[in-house]
Amino acid sequence: MMREKKLDAAGGAKKGAKRGSKEGVGAPAAPEILRLEGIRKSFNGTEVLHGVDLTVRRGEVVAVLGPSGSGKTTLLRCANLLDRADSGTLELDGGRHDLARATAREAAAIRRRTGFVFQGYNLFRNRTVLGNVCEGLVTARRMPRAQAEEHAHACLRHVGMDDRCDAYPAQLSGGQQQRVAIARAMATSPEVMYFDEPTSALDPELTGEVLSVMRRLAEDGMTMLVVTHEMGFARNVADRVVFMEGGAVVAEAPAREFFEHPANDRVRAFLAVLNQHGED
Amino acid sequence: MSERVLGILADSFTKILVPGLMATVPLALISFACALVIATAVALVQYTRVPVLTQLARLYIWIVRGTPLLVQLYVVFYGLPDFGIVLDPFPTAIIVFSINTGAYSAETIRGALESVPAGQLEAGYCVGMSYMQVMRRILLPQALRAAFPPLSNELIALVKDTSLAANITVLEMLMATQQIVSRTYEALPLYLEVAAIYLMFSTVLTWLQSLGEKKLASLGMERG
Repeated sequence: MMREKKLDAAGGAKKGAKRGSKEGVGAPAAPEILRLEGIRKSFNGTEVLHGVDLTVRRGEVVAVLGPSGSGKTTLLRCANLLDRADSGTLELDGGRHDLARATAREAAAIRRRTGFVFQGYNLFRNRTVLGNVCEGLVTARRMPRAQAEEHAHACLRHVGMDDRCDAYPAQLSGGQQQRVAIARAMATSPEVMYFDEPTSALDPELTGEVLSVMRRLAEDGMTMLVVTHEMGFARNVADRVVFMEGGAVVAEAPAREFFEHPANDRVRAFLAVLNQHGED
Repeated sequence: MSERVLGILADSFTKILVPGLMATVPLALISFACALVIATAVALVQYTRVPVLTQLARLYIWIVRGTPLLVQLYVVFYGLPDFGIVLDPFPTAIIVFSINTGAYSAETIRGALESVPAGQLEAGYCVGMSYMQVMRRILLPQALRAAFPPLSNELIALVKDTSLAANITVLEMLMATQQIVSRTYEALPLYLEVAAIYLMFSTVLTWLQSLGEKKLASLGMERG
């Protein structure tokens, strides 16, 4: 189910080299794993994405920042076919897909190679913690249950939730639910993980536990595309920042450069507002 | 109360209870099982908005909910023979009760399905499941749990509604009582007696319902 081929075609890079190498976005060695091109999306006649392009390299952590309503979440949802783009293509590790025309089968195939972490966790309410992590392995990938459970326990240990593996979602705090949701998403060994404002629904004290799990995931070399309002995470964990406004990418830079040398007035204005509110 | 009446009551108890166990209970349980199958199918058709079938489902619910159960029994039992379709009383009752309760339960299950947050479906998609897999393993189980209390109501209502089958000559509890009344002319005590037996059945079901709800709660599935 995992694809590790075709790496060389994208730049002759060796896979081992870029794993964990976090400095220097440029990391020209790492091949592109995800490429979104010309994503357009309208809701009720109002276009919220005006042809967005975005690429992510293997092992890279890309933070998508921007004011509310800039289309960040819609972009992620279109990439995973939760919302249907009006036009645009997705290239995932070499395979090219027309997002507007993908069939249900094609959509399922794409989603089996990605992970998605929701703002509202969306754990299956009728499954235990362990059941939540196993579901995608057993049902969608036909992994034998014993093997799936063993793997699920390992993933839950990774996010520090294995001791609650028999609990139901309703019995957990928001931070714990989100950690389980991350374990569920990573259990299927996705080629890229999408995070849609994973800490926005959490109290500040619960935000930290989720961010530290994400940081560890990044250190392990997971490819991550993260829509977030957490500037600290963007600055310290992300390799690159993509700044969206009004349904378009208006700036894109290595994380440090983005914050220290804002590319344009819009970014400066956005950062200034954040600084005023002490969010940084 | 005279000794004679007490004697009649004691004598009639088993004569009413046996048709209850032989007719009322199977009538209710078999019809309810069929109704659940119909209701789930109709609810799924509506929830997933299958073209044409959705309109048919609405038509079915509109007609069945808009006409009296007794009239439905009469149409099938006394009306269909005009078209050469002659059914025995008991199967007629099963068919009519299934269709009738199916319509009400379909609305219950559809409402319960729509109460499951959209994020559950999206999460299922995102771990790679197909629509049918998410429906079968995530959405429907949650909906049926949410629908458990109202469906219990419908079962209790159905147990009482089976008394209408007396009108198409099914020998169930009410008809058994009527036969004894016509011999003894002790209407009040005997009808109170059969009422008490219906109450007994309903009480057992109410108790089973609360047991079931506790079981669901222990599975971490409290409603809301």
